[in-house]
Amino acid sequence: MMRHSIFSLVRNALSYHEKWPQMWRSPEPKEEYDVVIVGGGGHGLATAYYLAKEHGISKVAVLERAWIGGGATGRNTEIVRSNYLWDESSRLYEMSLKLWESLSQELNYNVMLSQRGVFNLGHTLQDMRDLSRRVHANRLNGIDAELLDAQQVGAFVPILNTSSHIRYPVLGASLQRRGGTGRHDAVAWGFARAADARGVDIIQNCEVTGIRRENGRVTGVETSRGFIRAGKVGLAVAGNTSILAQMAGIRLPLESHPLQALVSEPVKPVLHSVVMSNAVHAYVSQTDKGELLIGAGIDAHSGYGQRGGLAVIEGAMAAMVELFPIFSRLRMNRQWAGTVDICPDACPILGKTPVSGLFVNCGWGTGGFKSTPGSGWVYAYTIAKNHPHPLNEPFSLERFSTGALIDEHGAAAVAH
Amino acid sequence: MLLITCPWCGPRYESEFSYGGEAGLIRPKDPAALSDEEWGDYLYMRENKRGPHVEQWCHAAGCRRWFNVSRDTATNQIKGVSRIGESMLGGNTDAG
Repeated sequence: MMRHSIFSLVRNALSYHEKWPQMWRSPEPKEEYDVVIVGGGGHGLATAYYLAKEHGISKVAVLERAWIGGGATGRNTEIVRSNYLWDESSRLYEMSLKLWESLSQELNYNVMLSQRGVFNLGHTLQDMRDLSRRVHANRLNGIDAELLDAQQVGAFVPILNTSSHIRYPVLGASLQRRGGTGRHDAVAWGFARAADARGVDIIQNCEVTGIRRENGRVTGVETSRGFIRAGKVGLAVAGNTSILAQMAGIRLPLESHPLQALVSEPVKPVLHSVVMSNAVHAYVSQTDKGELLIGAGIDAHSGYGQRGGLAVIEGAMAAMVELFPIFSRLRMNRQWAGTVDICPDACPILGKTPVSGLFVNCGWGTGGFKSTPGSGWVYAYTIAKNHPHPLNEPFSLERFSTGALIDEHGAAAVAH
Repeated sequence: MLLITCPWCGPRYESEFSYGGEAGLIRPKDPAALSDEEWGDYLYMRENKRGPHVEQWCHAAGCRRWFNVSRDTATNQIKGVSRIGESMLGGNTDAG
């Protein structure tokens, strides 16, 4: 693997950038692996990387139906934060944010983490009480959080309409300064390159069509490129988890929904932070290219089609224009949807399944991107050691029969 | 936006309806007799199918009645609608 540095950049500039090596191999699948990870998104690739790095397990394959990072990893709005309400989730997301902070160095790949601050707006007195409660909870958990009034928010984000004459006036906001954005493709590619360098086989265009079991234990996966034997199988397929789990006879409490986002034409720097609003459900940041990257909500009905209804976008844009009148004449360039797997308590399922050797990492819903490194880290631990790390123990599948749900609906700073 | 045929009111836009998830879930007669796993299965576990899916909708901004819709979750094509407890009628096939 060629190390990226200022010197490699200069050297390759002198050869007109024609001699950059391939970042990962495209190997043929072997007959057998210690661990097969299904799903070549950020979570799957991160899991493979940490399996090789932290646990010395490098006979690992990542099987991807299409191309890596082409699903929800490449379709999200790139927001990174850790200001969750409950202890269990704030610990997990904060650990992930700490990994983010050194991820570019760790992977020798620029994931373009920009800790520009994340604002969560409050529009009603109840919003403000909820924000206040969460800010205090965050601070008790060692997570940076501040509560601002409308005037203070306006000073940070001058283009935000903080007048009291709009339908849902901005009364204040919580601010996590360490929150911000990362570059989603770079996260997938960085983990892929670093995992490949440690011997992980990344196999694209390889769809899993069955999960083979013997005596309640997983023995391998049927794929479009033949049977692959595996000691352990980890699912990391987000919106498609129910379908994969069903191949092993496991029922999951998930519903897959379309979640949409869109970008505007590029403009000069106008917004230097991430602004999210739970009540009117819209969130926005500005990319390095100058586009406004805007997220909408999920469609009410389930769906695997990777497209949603225009009415959902219309709702988000109406809120956006009211909050930022300056955006009203911007044209939107592209719009798309990803498939998100929503859990009843808006928290992930991360751990073992009733089938021995089969692990599941799903249910991140609309908030999976920020957790990519942390999720990969604890998932690798769980797969390697056959038991969950204390950080992901509360996120077991069993919580849906014990009743120990972690209700992050709405409490997690934005509605899921 | 989907165009959904309410079995009572006819074809209306999706925005008049609210979604009720998977159809055909029957509440157990005696919940106390169930194990935690069985009760959890009834409460939370879902098929979440890709492809043909029978689901509940409520005509919330219309007649306020619940009914079943058979919709393909990959293409959004609606194959039929039915009143609860009756068999599927051919509904509209528009997806939007």
